[in-house]
Amino acid sequence: MAGAAVLGRLTWRAADVVGVATETPRVKTIAFDVDGWPGHLPGQHVDVRLTAEDGYQAQRSYSIASAPDGARIELTVERLDDGEVSPYLTDELRPGDEIELRGPVGGYFVWEPSRGGPLLLVAGGSGVVPLMAMVRRRAALGSDVDTRLLFSSRAWDDVIYRDELEGLNGDGLRVHHALTRSQPPGWSGYARRVDAEMLAEVGPAPSERPQIYVCGPTPFVEAVAEALVELGHEPLRIKTERFGPTGG
Amino acid sequence: MDALMLDGNAVAGLLQEVFTVEMTTAIGTCGGCGATDAVGAVHVYRGAGFVLRCPHCDTALMKVVAAEGRVWMDCSGLRTLEVSV
Repeated sequence: MAGAAVLGRLTWRAADVVGVATETPRVKTIAFDVDGWPGHLPGQHVDVRLTAEDGYQAQRSYSIASAPDGARIELTVERLDDGEVSPYLTDELRPGDEIELRGPVGGYFVWEPSRGGPLLLVAGGSGVVPLMAMVRRRAALGSDVDTRLLFSSRAWDDVIYRDELEGLNGDGLRVHHALTRSQPPGWSGYARRVDAEMLAEVGPAPSERPQIYVCGPTPFVEAVAEALVELGHEPLRIKTERFGPTGG
Repeated sequence: MDALMLDGNAVAGLLQEVFTVEMTTAIGTCGGCGATDAVGAVHVYRGAGFVLRCPHCDTALMKVVAAEGRVWMDCSGLRTLEVSV
């Protein structure tokens, strides 16, 4: 029905795999060309649907990693060993394969450079993915919005987008790493879980009224959001996105 | 705190399928405590379906089950829902 399309009803679209890149031992980025992709905002996600030969379907939601770029989107997926969908995406997909997805969806956890700053982004592990879309969009538009990214990973080899983030550091973007389990020799960054003291050092101060986006596993998001409120940040300026272990 | 807890962002696609507009920025009022929050900010628990709970008082705002081409919604814990159209 034509009216449904006008209202923006979600439709499943064919997505062709055009590239697979290894980010870390457990994380891959898969690039797709999506038939009829309407474009997206940084922070939005897609629903991915896999259908088995017997008709069984499994559906999961993944954040879009890439900045808006025509019909091309990239998803960065962490392999969860007991997951139903992620092992297929990270281990089996090859260029030329096709899957189904729909989107973009979401509008709450979204940032565009036109919304200004200062901006505080706090990521735990693969929670960096939607924040990376924001950082990439900011760079693509040449924005100099004051942006701090505090990124917690287990070890240096687990840092997703490590080299790209090194390259983007500067022009108003400051990237801070916290490595919680092990640190390389001579490590001068944070070597503990994110806490209130760390958030205060990374800034901006509550008086600067930053827009804050926090994404990661549920316990990480809860701890960070609590620490931010404790520091005096306004709860309404703290936007969170949690992914539980059911995300796989 | 439940490590399995998600938030309203996790049901963005499901709700958009039903309402045909972006719903995580819709503002709901809790029928239990009267707090207002964006749908994206409420707590979500996933089982056979989804339960959306107030982040302040834990009232079940909505229960949503999708199966066999139908979506069933219990909205008895929600006082109002304000949607941008």
